[in-house]
Amino acid sequence: MTRVTIAQMISYGHHRYPGRLFVVEGTDGSGKSTQLALLYQWLKAEGYPVFFSEWNSSPLVKDTTRRAKRRRLFTPTTFSLLHATDFADRTERNIIPPLKAGAIVLADRYIYTAFARDVARGCDRAWVREVYKFAVKPTVGFFFRAPLDVAIDRIASARPTLKYYEAGMDMEWSDDEEESFKLFQGKILDEYDHMVSEFGLTQIDATQSIRVQQRQMREIVGRFLKEKLKEKVVLPK
Amino acid sequence: MKDIKFYGTALPGLEIEPYSGKLIVIEGTDGVGRSTHVALLRTWLESSGHAVLDTGMTRSVLAGRGIKNAREGHTLGRLTMQLYYATDFADRLENQMMPALRAGFVVLTDRYIYSAIARAVVRGADPEWIRSIYGMAVVPDAILYLRVRSTEELAGRVLGSGSGFDYWESGMDLGLGNDYYDSFVAYQKQLLREFDRMSGEYGFHVIDASRPVRRVAAELRRAVAKVIEEEPLTAAKEITKTEPPEKIKPSVTPTVKESDTAEKVKSA
Repeated sequence: MTRVTIAQMISYGHHRYPGRLFVVEGTDGSGKSTQLALLYQWLKAEGYPVFFSEWNSSPLVKDTTRRAKRRRLFTPTTFSLLHATDFADRTERNIIPPLKAGAIVLADRYIYTAFARDVARGCDRAWVREVYKFAVKPTVGFFFRAPLDVAIDRIASARPTLKYYEAGMDMEWSDDEEESFKLFQGKILDEYDHMVSEFGLTQIDATQSIRVQQRQMREIVGRFLKEKLKEKVVLPK
Repeated sequence: MKDIKFYGTALPGLEIEPYSGKLIVIEGTDGVGRSTHVALLRTWLESSGHAVLDTGMTRSVLAGRGIKNAREGHTLGRLTMQLYYATDFADRLENQMMPALRAGFVVLTDRYIYSAIARAVVRGADPEWIRSIYGMAVVPDAILYLRVRSTEELAGRVLGSGSGFDYWESGMDLGLGNDYYDSFVAYQKQLLREFDRMSGEYGFHVIDASRPVRRVAAELRRAVAKVIEEEPLTAAKEITKTEPPEKIKPSVTPTVKESDTAEKVKSA
């Protein structure tokens, strides 16, 4: 082997960085984004360098995703791969560099979202996991679990109409949006339930009050924080 | 008719049904003359009555434009680039190549998964990882690999084409050389090594592309003819006893009458 200048790809579980990575997962309407926002405020107030990384946020991929959703160009495979592309850009740009610099990274949705959705759409379980092998293993992966009917009620009251892919309409399980959404979310929840033990996710009961959930979250995150992490980190952009 | 075979896990939601088309891959490093030969093959196949679809990297409706824009900025990370290309490939496979194969077309593809694998591995990707992503790919009927004897020769061809060196085709993101020329030669050498490694693994039909275009084209035509002839010959076995061979497949190769040609000339 004479590949001199290039480092081999590091895979899940083998990254060693001084920073911390906390991710939140859960079905739509589980309240995970609210919890992450509260955690962010707390960590900032405590003086830690914190960075936010959201699902579907890569500047290189965003336009393609938006256009594909609007024109309904996706198949389960291309839906999976384009989201993986977006995630790769996030990893290379917004996750690994801050972690290397010793910062705390908070991610709203992570690889488990892809595993749940893509498998619900019929992609092969092992294949999807292989695609995301380059991901950094989170310090803690929170799974906010809300029973299906609770999550659906929350979504229904928050949004007047469901989006095509969000409701799983591309799978043609049902002509009725709400029916399709319920079926899709049910499959997603099953996948999450399987992943709790597979990936050692930390389950939080999302039917509890917001304050109780936040207390539990801070207690767990607190175990992984050190004063040293507060030292200033300098980041490229 | 032929059963679909995948390298790894089959595409989800795809009916595994036999198809009558032919999938022919033209592979080779940058500047080797792939697009010239695809164009020549297309004309030749069409003139003998075969419907042809040609496709190539970044030509997907879904991701083509996105990739081109991302390449412009030179801020495309390695993993991101590899997955973007995989997305482009999957879109073309599902929406261009598979439908054409089902409809009985000859699909000529300028590069396939092998270029993508070579580029990824040269950039430090785990060879197993990139191969399993492309497990969704259909095993082609033929992989015609255009190989040159030296990378210096490639550099000459790229310059000769008038477009000059491209940032990514020169592997400038890898920091292999001080200028585009050095980098191009070093990068293409590494790609060649990967292609050679894959040659046995995937069963490439290696064609010496250092010869004149005319000779390379003739060899390509012979190789393609072998692939497309296969089916009619076996299907026609019983008939050959009673009928002369030229009448076996009238629907595939219609004899062109003088009047047809005259019309074509007029419309052209």
